[in-house]
Amino acid sequence: MIRAALVSHPIDVGALIAEVADISTGATAVFAGTVRDANEGRPVSGIEYTAYATMAERELLRIAQEAARQFAPLRVVVEHRLGSLELGDVSVGIATAHAHRGPAIEGMRFVIEEIKRRVPIWKRECYVDGTREWVNQVGV
Amino acid sequence: MTVTVLLFASFADAFGRSSVELTLDSGATVADVVDQLSTLAPDDRLPPRPLVAVNAEYAEYDVRLNSGDEVALIPPVAGG
Repeated sequence: MIRAALVSHPIDVGALIAEVADISTGATAVFAGTVRDANEGRPVSGIEYTAYATMAERELLRIAQEAARQFAPLRVVVEHRLGSLELGDVSVGIATAHAHRGPAIEGMRFVIEEIKRRVPIWKRECYVDGTREWVNQVGV
Repeated sequence: MTVTVLLFASFADAFGRSSVELTLDSGATVADVVDQLSTLAPDDRLPPRPLVAVNAEYAEYDVRLNSGDEVALIPPVAGG
């Protein structure tokens, strides 16, 4: 099973784990990316996520399919949240399940690394001092 | 022919809008779109070779465009 989605509601990591669960699997790996309170020394109050939604959803699904093929048979679910997130909110949730731990963990790692490399999603950090900046785009 | 160019994040800020319609000669490529936008961008706020997508797929600069194509300039991504 493979599923990938952009969502605007809070991500329920437990639900993702339940979704990949299957009696054929002996290992489930989970990744939750969360909004932290500082970046490069600057106190952060929240993050706004935007995306090129049609392309981002397509790329997310493609990444999940690539992971499923590369670490077959792997069950994969991934959700990325868009909109305004507060400290501690889950921005990305990934669950993978495989018969064994190696492919489950490596498959999960593959999915998050590829998301960071190529899915057209952008984040603007909101700082405690009231300013906002796009991440990775300083000086652009 | 005309194409719609989508702008996101810092690129949208640079242009003050989220899309722009361009009129191009037939046979125009992705490179022509970037060239034309560079002249429109205020204060050199567009990097020299931004990533580009055509109809929601990453595309090389030599790809030829068709009328009605949806072109997108992709700033450095920051998901996760």
